[in-house]
Amino acid sequence: MFSWRRFIVAAAFVAAIVAVIVLNARAGGSGASTSETIHLSEVAHASGIDFVHQSPTLDPKVAHIAAHIAALGACVSVADVNNDGWPDLYFTSSRFGASNALYINQKDGTFRDVAAEAGVGAVNRAGEGVSMGAVWGDYDNDGLEDLLVYKWGYPQLFHNLGNGHFEDVTAQSGLRSWMNSNGAVWFDFDRDGLLDLYITGYFRSDIDFWHLKSTRIMQESWEFASNGGKNLLFKNLGHGHFKDVTDSMGVGSTRWTLAAAAADFNDDGWPDLYLANDYGPEELYLNREGKRFELAHAGLEDDSKSGMAVALGDVYNRGEHDVFVTNISEKGFLFQGNNLRLNFLKELGKFNEVATGVVADAGWAWGAQFGDLNNDGLLDLVVANGFISADSTRSYWYAMSKIAGAQGNIFEDAKNWPAIGSASLSGYERSRVLLNRGPAGGGFVDVAPQAGVTDLLDGRGVAMADLFNNGLLDVVVANEKGRALLYRNDSDGRSPSPDGRGGQGVRTHWVELKLVGTRSNRSAIGAEVTAEIGPGRQRQVVDGGSGFCSQNDRRLHFGLGSQRLGRVTIRWPSGTEQVVNGLTIDQLHVVTEPQ
Amino acid sequence: MTATSAELRPPSPEGRGGQGVRITDPKYLIVMLITLVLVVGEARYSILGGYQRLATTLGVCVATEMLLSWWLRGQVANVASAYITGISLALLTKPQANILWPFALGAFIAIASKYVLTYRGRHLWNPSNFAIALLVLVAADSVAVLSHQWGNDIGTNLVIWAFGLVIAWRAKVLHVTLTYVVCFVVFAVLRHFVVGGPLFAELAPITGPMYQLFVFFMVTDPRTTVSTRRGRMIVVAIVALVETLIRLAGDFQIGLLRPFYVSPPILALAMVGPAALLLDLWRTAQRTARVLA
Repeated sequence: MFSWRRFIVAAAFVAAIVAVIVLNARAGGSGASTSETIHLSEVAHASGIDFVHQSPTLDPKVAHIAAHIAALGACVSVADVNNDGWPDLYFTSSRFGASNALYINQKDGTFRDVAAEAGVGAVNRAGEGVSMGAVWGDYDNDGLEDLLVYKWGYPQLFHNLGNGHFEDVTAQSGLRSWMNSNGAVWFDFDRDGLLDLYITGYFRSDIDFWHLKSTRIMQESWEFASNGGKNLLFKNLGHGHFKDVTDSMGVGSTRWTLAAAAADFNDDGWPDLYLANDYGPEELYLNREGKRFELAHAGLEDDSKSGMAVALGDVYNRGEHDVFVTNISEKGFLFQGNNLRLNFLKELGKFNEVATGVVADAGWAWGAQFGDLNNDGLLDLVVANGFISADSTRSYWYAMSKIAGAQGNIFEDAKNWPAIGSASLSGYERSRVLLNRGPAGGGFVDVAPQAGVTDLLDGRGVAMADLFNNGLLDVVVANEKGRALLYRNDSDGRSPSPDGRGGQGVRTHWVELKLVGTRSNRSAIGAEVTAEIGPGRQRQVVDGGSGFCSQNDRRLHFGLGSQRLGRVTIRWPSGTEQVVNGLTIDQLHVVTEPQ
Repeated sequence: MTATSAELRPPSPEGRGGQGVRITDPKYLIVMLITLVLVVGEARYSILGGYQRLATTLGVCVATEMLLSWWLRGQVANVASAYITGISLALLTKPQANILWPFALGAFIAIASKYVLTYRGRHLWNPSNFAIALLVLVAADSVAVLSHQWGNDIGTNLVIWAFGLVIAWRAKVLHVTLTYVVCFVVFAVLRHFVVGGPLFAELAPITGPMYQLFVFFMVTDPRTTVSTRRGRMIVVAIVALVETLIRLAGDFQIGLLRPFYVSPPILALAMVGPAALLLDLWRTAQRTARVLA
């Protein structure tokens, strides 16, 4: 019998299903619908960069999932190696016999690989391990950037001799300790003017991937694993010697750390450590005046995902270090989502996670970095995506999902994993270029296709630098088993027009700072700079390693838009505070720390 | 996931529980069990991902149940069933980027399905099974199902299994749970030989948290399964069989079925359960008609 009440309920039921379909269609978030103000051109080959990363080969005992385990190691770090005022690039490869590359900037838009003659190329050797990344820092304060290569194997420290050659000083440094590391960061945790070193452990350090004693090498949990490699903190004793102070400083996390970044998150004058952990929650270790670190309860411990990169940026010019951590999203299977954590440590004692839409859902995200790509005064965000691009008709997601929900002691043993074969795993995912329109403009929008970023390679390390000294940040992406990409920034230096169509607005400006430490470490790594840009204050820190296995140029780049540059405050790692007024815009300024 | 065999009995005279509320009543044992799952999961692993999710599903489920039962049937129904559905949805639904609408709409659709998708006065789908199946099929860009957000710790799961088995026994649905588990294991061994992968990879899923919710709350729902003990065992065996077919589709990468292999057991139940119940109700009606004739 017809009942109008039943009819209304049925109509509401159908309407709810329709609403699900409609809302789901909007789940991809908003992309930019019109031409935007970021224009990037991929010029790696034209610039002389033809570097192709090679993945490691592993013990046959894990051959069935080698493609999964060994899909790491494509990294890039930036430094002015020869002090000529032009940023240079170092890429890592990860197969025995494959050479890393040191591309020296030729100042004419091209680069030349000098790794072999410099002595930093042939580092991937049997018995020594393979490269997983590198960070630059002047550990002996001689004015030359030195190189630390972290590995699945023995890390290597190279002293820059200043004559185009490097000397391997690992043996006498105290750093020769086998690790399966995927990240490292230089920072001066005790503010003694010497750069210390934090090296993260991923797989346990007793694992030699070429002579496996057991296949019980995997994580014991997908969300709360703590059976990873131990992170190590090495204090710089001077004269090229380092001492392991991990346990006394309380920073020996075994949470499968993939990335770390150092900055003064709580504004107490001491650099803290932020860790992105795979299979576990992120960790913030607060530095207690260089005497010890304490694991903070900052709203991170309950939000466990698969952290892969830590990018630092003052997202809305509040004068704080906000944090972006990449994670995994795969349609139907898993929505971990990237984290964008706004720093409210001083006010609330925690971070607020605010990622939605295109910021949260980028795919299987890896490296990421903030940088003001269009010089509008707001930090934009580049995210590299894609894990394993193999046979595009086959996916490993279903096979992996079989064991993902199981008991830890099952999948901790690699032999219980289904073979990956030729399948892809979140492969062929495009990178994201997220234009920051500010809170009033709706936050971030994805402009990658419009900006010219359409590659589908498996991105890992991302670094930013003004490689051509033209006031625009360029983007370098190291790709797993793929060629490195150099996205030259060809933006026209104009802010969006009032109707948002871009390119027709007013001219934008910028300022760059190169800091030279005197009482602080010479690289000035850890120096915190706050620039007053219009009504806001943008804070940046000199990078000793960030993102995923990458390092930005030490020079800091501030886009200004059409706004006035006010006071610039530099807090040096030594604690010295320096205020600089009246900086000329559209210029690079070299600032030396007051004695 | 809604009710227990207690709902097959005549309601208490008060129609609201009243003096009929006993802590050993299977219905409330099920309520206790799912509350235990919730508390353990949240305390140990923050499994909810935010209390607003639980508040949304519970609020919408209970409100929808109360409103629709009063509006369509003239009396407010016991909300124990809505409570179980609300918690189940909060635990199972893992959406993209902190969005809340899957919880709100999923909760409404789950409860409303009990009043809309009916045959001879019986709703055909377990409410949470229907809602989750619908969400993963038509909203895969926004919704995934609980997989590994439980910590993968055997100790925690053993506690749930121990309580679950005792309560399933008290609720007289243990035969359903055990039949499914046995069938899953048999089919896992079979898949191991067909696919050629590690045996533990095929057995692994049932050791996970999603299956705890599935075997103790979803397949055992007496309101949405057939009337005889033997029939229920056959139906749950067919569910396991269909699940295995979906899993094989995943192993052999049959693209057309990709939407199904993100959550094979839930989608198998969503297909088999209503078909079996329809058949059972139809046959019962035929028998009744013959007797009356």
